[in-house]
Amino acid sequence: MKPASSLLDRELIQETLTEAISNGGEWAEVFVEDRQNASADFDERRVEAMVSSRDLGAGIRVTVGEVTGFAHTSDLTRDGLSEAAQAAAAVAKGGGRVKPIPLNGDGIAESKARILPETISKTRKVELLEQVDSAARAENAAITQVNVRYSEGRRRVLIANSEGLFNADDQTRTLLSVNCVATGDQGLQTGRETVGYTVGFELFEDHDIEAMARRAAGRAVTKLGARPAPSGQLPVVIERGGGGVLFHEACGHGLEADLVNKGASVFRDRLGELVAAPSVTLVDDGTMGVEWGTVAIDDEGCPTQRNVLIEDGILTDYMWDHLRSRAAGRSASGNGRRQSYQHLPMVRMTNTFVTNGDVEPSDIIADTQNGVYVAQLGGGQVNTATGDFVFGMTEAYLIENGEITAPLREGNLIGNGPEVLQNIEVIGNDFAMGSPGTCGKDGQGVPVGDGQPTLRVAALTIGGTAS
Amino acid sequence: MNKPLELPEIADELVSLARRNEQIEVCLSRSRSTTVKAYSGQVESVRSGMSEGVGIRVIVNGQQGFATAGSLNRQVLTHVLEEARGNLQFAESDPDQGLAEPDGVKSPNLDLVDPEVLKMSDHQKSSIAIELEQRCLSADRRVSSVRSAAWSDGWGEFALASTNGISVYAEGGSCSVGVQPLAVEGNETQIGYAGDAARRPDLLDVDRVIAEAVEGATSMLGATKPLSERVTVVFEPGVTSAFLGTVAGALTGDRVVKGRSPFAERLGEQVGSSKLTLFDDPTNVASLGADNHDGEGLAARKNMIIENGVLSQFLHNSYTARRSGVSSTGSAVRGARSTPSVGLHALCLKPGVIDREALFAKVGNGIFIRGVNGLHSGVNPVSGDFSVGAYGHKIRDGVLAEPFSEATIASTLQRMLLDVAIIGGDFEFLPNGSGMSSIAIEDIALSGM
Repeated sequence: MKPASSLLDRELIQETLTEAISNGGEWAEVFVEDRQNASADFDERRVEAMVSSRDLGAGIRVTVGEVTGFAHTSDLTRDGLSEAAQAAAAVAKGGGRVKPIPLNGDGIAESKARILPETISKTRKVELLEQVDSAARAENAAITQVNVRYSEGRRRVLIANSEGLFNADDQTRTLLSVNCVATGDQGLQTGRETVGYTVGFELFEDHDIEAMARRAAGRAVTKLGARPAPSGQLPVVIERGGGGVLFHEACGHGLEADLVNKGASVFRDRLGELVAAPSVTLVDDGTMGVEWGTVAIDDEGCPTQRNVLIEDGILTDYMWDHLRSRAAGRSASGNGRRQSYQHLPMVRMTNTFVTNGDVEPSDIIADTQNGVYVAQLGGGQVNTATGDFVFGMTEAYLIENGEITAPLREGNLIGNGPEVLQNIEVIGNDFAMGSPGTCGKDGQGVPVGDGQPTLRVAALTIGGTAS
Repeated sequence: MNKPLELPEIADELVSLARRNEQIEVCLSRSRSTTVKAYSGQVESVRSGMSEGVGIRVIVNGQQGFATAGSLNRQVLTHVLEEARGNLQFAESDPDQGLAEPDGVKSPNLDLVDPEVLKMSDHQKSSIAIELEQRCLSADRRVSSVRSAAWSDGWGEFALASTNGISVYAEGGSCSVGVQPLAVEGNETQIGYAGDAARRPDLLDVDRVIAEAVEGATSMLGATKPLSERVTVVFEPGVTSAFLGTVAGALTGDRVVKGRSPFAERLGEQVGSSKLTLFDDPTNVASLGADNHDGEGLAARKNMIIENGVLSQFLHNSYTARRSGVSSTGSAVRGARSTPSVGLHALCLKPGVIDREALFAKVGNGIFIRGVNGLHSGVNPVSGDFSVGAYGHKIRDGVLAEPFSEATIASTLQRMLLDVAIIGGDFEFLPNGSGMSSIAIEDIALSGM
C-alpha cells in the first residue's frame, strides 16, 4: 500500500484549500481518509463470514466566525473535490479573500505496526479463531455457544489546512473478541473478553489468546450460579482495569470543551476547584503506548499529548479541539477526532485513566464490610448536563465481611459524576488499562481506551432486583 | 424528477459476471444528506455530502463471501467482486446458506417517494434550525441555552439484484428535526430532548417538538433520588419502543437458531400478558419504516409476533428460515454495506383504549418513566436480565407528582412481558418507525436510595 502522503496530490490539496476559502472563509481544511477493514466471524464452530471493506474519501471544512461549513465526497477527482469545496464554502457569504499559507509539512507517515495484518494469510487468521473457540469450549462443558470475532483495520489520514498544516498518520488496529454462552438450569449466561491494541498482527505474539478464551468462558459459567444483584446503595470496589469506563462517563465527557462551552456540563466554571477526592488524578493521553485510543495526531492534524484533567482532586483543564481552542484563545490538546471523512470533528477522549494510589488491592477488599465487587464493567452512558451516569456490570460479586463471595447477575449501576468523584474512598497501587472500547457521541463512534487501579466508591446505586 | 436508472443497470451488469455455480447478490446505494445546526440565533454548522455504497455476496456450494466499499467507481466495483470471491474460500460450507428465492408474495406497492424534501432551500433549513433554538429559549424563562438544534434531511436510492432473478429498486427521502434545551434553576441543570421525522417537511410537528423538549427539561428540575421499592412503572411510548424492540430482537431468527434467545423453545406458548399483541408491519405507510421490499428483495409483509400474549412466530430472513425449515418472513434488514441480518421494519404494539391520564389514574401509585439510559450495557438479550437507568415522575393518587432521577429499574424481559398490566390508547408512530403506546408494567424493582 502507498504511504499516506500519496493519498492525494499535494497540488490538488492546495488548490482545493484555495477554492474552499475563496468565498470569504477564514480557515479551511481538507481531511482525506483511506480505510481498509477486514473481519472474520467464527460462530457455531465455523467461519460464518469473512468480510472486507474499503472507504476512501475527503471532508472539506470551512469556518467563518463561529460558523462551520462542511462537505464530504468519495469522489477525489478535481471535479469532486471542487464541488465539495464549494458546498463547504457556501456558509461564507463572499467578502474578504484570505490566501492559504503554502503547505509546509511533508505529509508522510509510516505505519508503526510491526506486522501489517494485510500481509498475513487469511488461513492463519482462521486458525486463530479455531484456537480460541477450542480453548473456550474446553474450559467447561456448560459452554454451548462460542462466537469469536477477528478484525483488523488500517486507516490512513492526510490533513491539510489553510494555515499550512500538512500532516499524515497511518493507523493500524487489530482486535480479537470472544463471546461465550453457558447453559444451566436457570437459563443462559454470557461471558465476553476482548483484546485489541493499536498494533498489527504482532498482537498475537504479545498476548495469550487461549487464556483470554478461558477467562470469557469462566465468566459465563460463573454467572450460571449467580444470584440477583442487590437493589439500592452500597459501597462498590472496582477491579483494576475493569472500570475505567466509570471515569469516562462520570467526568470525561463533562470535560469536553464543546459541552462545557454550551453549558451542558456539570463541570463548567469549575477550573481550579476541588471536584474529586484529593487522591484522584485523571489523565487523558493519546500518546500512551499501543493502547486502543492511541493516535499520533488527532483528526485535525494536531499531535496528541498527555493532558492532566484532574490533579490531586483539582480540576486543571478541559479537552480541546481546533474550533473550541481557537475561540478560547489557547492551544488545542489533540482531542479533535471524527469517525470518518464523512463527519465533522469534535472534542473526544483518547485513553482516559486514573493514576495509581498507594493501597494494596487486597486491603481494599478486606476493608469493605458489605458491598459489591465489580470485576468487569460493560458500557456506560452519561447525561453530561446532570452528571448522572450508568454503566453495566458484566462480572460482579457480593463482598461480605471483607471477602468476595457470591457471583451476581448482570445489571446497571447508577451514580452522579461529581458525587462519585468526591466519594472515591481509596485507590489501589495496581493500575491497569481495560478492554478496548468504542465511545459514541452525537452519532459518531471512535476507538478509546480507559484504565484505573482497584478502587472503592463509598456508595453507588446498584440496579438489581434483590431487596 | 427523472428516475436515474443507473444503479439497477450497474447491479445487473455485475450479476451477469457470475460464473457457473456462483450465486451473486449485488447491493448498491447512493445518497445525499444535509444537516444544519443552529446556536446563539445563527447557523453553527452546515454539513452535506454524498455517500455511495456497494456490497456484494458471492456464494458457492454453501460458502459465502462478502465485500463492501464506499464508492461506485467501476474499478472499485470489480475489486469488491474479487474480494468477495476471495473471502468465500475461508467460510465453511453451510447447506442452508444461499440467496433469497422469489416466493411469489406481491410487494405492497407503496408510494413512498415524495420529492417535497428536495425542494427545501438551505435558507429554509437554516430558518427551521434557528427557530427550534429560539423558540425553546423563549418558551420558558428557565431555558438557559440549547445544546443542539438541528435540521437533517436525506435522499437516497438503493438497488439490489441477484442471480436468483431478484431485482428491486427503491428511492426516497426523509427529514427530521431535533432539539436539546437546557433548563437551569439555582445550581441545577436539566436537559430535554425531542425530535420528529417524516417523509415530507410539512408533516414535521415543530410545535410539539419544542413543547416536549422544553417540558422534558423543565419538568425534571428539582428531581431527587427515589427510595428503593417494588413499583408499577408506566413507560412513555419512546421507552416502550426501546423495551419491546429489545424483546423483538430476541425473537429474530438468528438469535433463535443459535440458541441465544430466552424464548427459543417457546413458540406457541403464553410468553406475555394476554393484553399484549405485537407485530411488524412495513406495509403501513404511516410508519417511517414502511418499505416495499426487505433487505434481500422479498416483498415486505405484515408479521404477527405475539398475539394476545402467545408467541406466534419468529422473524426470519432466507438463511434463518431455511435452517428452521420455514419460509422467510421478509424480515431481512441491511444497508448496502452489510450482509442481511434479521430485524424489524416497523414494530407495532396493538394499542389499548384509555388515554394517558386515565392510565395514571388506574395505576394509582407508581412511577412514570420519561427516559432510560444504558440499554446497551444493562440489558442482556441472551439471559433476559434487564436493568437500566431511569428518570421521570412519581405517580401519586393517580396523577403525576414530583420528578425523580439517578435511579434504576430492573426485572427480566421474560417477567416484564407477563407483568404488562395496562396498554394505553395514546398510540403514535415514532421517528424510529415503530408504533407504540404507553404501557404499565407491575412489580419492577426501583433502585435509588
